[in-house]
Amino acid sequence: MKRLSALRARTPGDIAFSVVLAVVCAVILFVTIYPLWFVAIASISEPRLVATGQVTFLPQNISLFGYEQIFADERIWTGYRNTVVYTVVGTALNMVVTLPAAFALSRREFRPRRALMLFFAFTMFFSGGLIPQYLLYRDIGLLDNWLVFVLPTALNVYNLIIARAFFENALPEELFEAATLDGVDYFRYFLNIALPLSKAIVSVIALYYLVQHWNDFFTGLIFVRDYQLQPLQIVLRDILLSNQAFAGGAGGAGGSGGAYGQDFADQIKYGVIIVSTLPVLLLYPFLQKYFEKGVMIGSVKG
Amino acid sequence: MTLVRERTGLAAAPAGRGTPPGRAERVRRHLSRYWQLWVLLLPAIGFTAVFAYVPMYGIQLAFREFDFQAGLTGGRWVGLKYFEIFFDSPMFGTVLRNTLTISIATLVVGFLAPIALALVINQIVNATRKRFMQTATYLPHFISIVVVVGMLQVLLNPSNGTVTRLFSGFGLDLDLLGDPDLFVPVYVISEVWQHCGWNSIIYLAALASVDTQLYEAARIDGANRLHLIRHVDIPALVPTMIILFILTMGGVLSTGFEKIWLMQNALNLPVSEVIATYTYRIGILGNQFSLGTAIGLFNTLINFLFLVVTNWLAKKFADTSLW
Repeated sequence: MKRLSALRARTPGDIAFSVVLAVVCAVILFVTIYPLWFVAIASISEPRLVATGQVTFLPQNISLFGYEQIFADERIWTGYRNTVVYTVVGTALNMVVTLPAAFALSRREFRPRRALMLFFAFTMFFSGGLIPQYLLYRDIGLLDNWLVFVLPTALNVYNLIIARAFFENALPEELFEAATLDGVDYFRYFLNIALPLSKAIVSVIALYYLVQHWNDFFTGLIFVRDYQLQPLQIVLRDILLSNQAFAGGAGGAGGSGGAYGQDFADQIKYGVIIVSTLPVLLLYPFLQKYFEKGVMIGSVKG
Repeated sequence: MTLVRERTGLAAAPAGRGTPPGRAERVRRHLSRYWQLWVLLLPAIGFTAVFAYVPMYGIQLAFREFDFQAGLTGGRWVGLKYFEIFFDSPMFGTVLRNTLTISIATLVVGFLAPIALALVINQIVNATRKRFMQTATYLPHFISIVVVVGMLQVLLNPSNGTVTRLFSGFGLDLDLLGDPDLFVPVYVISEVWQHCGWNSIIYLAALASVDTQLYEAARIDGANRLHLIRHVDIPALVPTMIILFILTMGGVLSTGFEKIWLMQNALNLPVSEVIATYTYRIGILGNQFSLGTAIGLFNTLINFLFLVVTNWLAKKFADTSLW
């Protein structure tokens, strides 16, 4: 590749540049990864050693106390189950709403599409605000209702724009013309031809929505009081930030164990971070190329 | 063009008549040709109308007394009463200043850091190492806000946090969670930690499309690699930078509600109470719906104004714009 040869070291200055570059990259990598790595090793090390700063790069005196507590805790599993349900149902609805709309908006011969894009895009920059939203949900019975996790977020305009750009640019127009000559209508063209050719964008959008639902904390905080409905992120907040006592008695800064109890509470926190983030972290390396593709498609100005 | 449009029309169009068709006739023809597209759009239009536009209709609540029966449409008209209450309240200055400080700091650092990172990553010649670097720096983007704040709480804990210990190793005894002066730096740095890599993707894409002959030509003219960054890479990023800058300006008063809400504590509240958290506290926790709506509307209007003005400036001076 030409570019590579242009960047190859030629002078002492270039070599110095390469050295500095390597150092900079190493620092960036360390700063990015180390906090996560530390949480991971702290979750399986002896709490006292973590608290006194003796755990730095490798786990010390493996202790699974935190995980035992977590697995015995009812709240986490209720939260987990709720989040899985909201994520699966929510993402399915997202796809059913977003993809057909994106396809329709990608059809150049469809004149109202410009006005409709404006109708959707305007909501990205202007909104009624929190209170009217809250009152609307109250009026239509969405407060303390699990549907609040699914319905209001059914369409993300950013994802709509990405999907539309894909349908517009990646599918050859000749394909559509050939299909229409064969008497295929819009419904069948979308379902039988456009969708099967758009697996890349379908996975990108699905992943964006999945992560959005998995990490949703706002909805539970503001619109839901019933603890049985709360998603994982709210349970996490209670354990990580509000220092709520744990099933086994450990936890709570003012708990009976004092400093000793606090060390164990911290280990539980490290463990909870890992347990809740694990699904995303495990999927991530495999899906990363899709995420990136989504940003690339989205950056095509349409 | 017209030909193509005729040909791609799906349902059989009614035969054209000599006189131009009336409005009703045009609508009928449009629907007979495109009704399927409208059906495909219907769910999206419905959800947007209900969950985005109905709340906009509820903005009138900012100008009315709240009436429990009337709900969203409000009761008696009171004009700007609630805006005056907000502007006169002692909290107005505080929340406005806090919001501006946090969002401008985030805007500046959060805007520049991804550009710098993209320039660095773009310099890595080895494809595997480059890929690894990208994978690693995008990762934190997918961690939930609750977990990020949770990590801050344990790592920055004043008594036994790992980062606190690191600083005290250098002789700095910092209360990273309680000291009001450190709230903004902690907020901004953790934002950069989480999103910098992800936000660099778009710049990396722009850099990947730079014509490689430019590098060769510059090399022949004796440019070193810093020169290449300065005179080839950075100019190539300018259009992307402008578009993203306009978009961020549209959020100048929108600080991340969730993260700030979670990071707030009794010690940092004087610097961490922002418009978004104040709206929630007043409107929903305090049940003052009209006042909350007015504060929220103030926020939205300022943001919208910034977006429009920045876009106008960019159009005028850089010939780039969103619309």
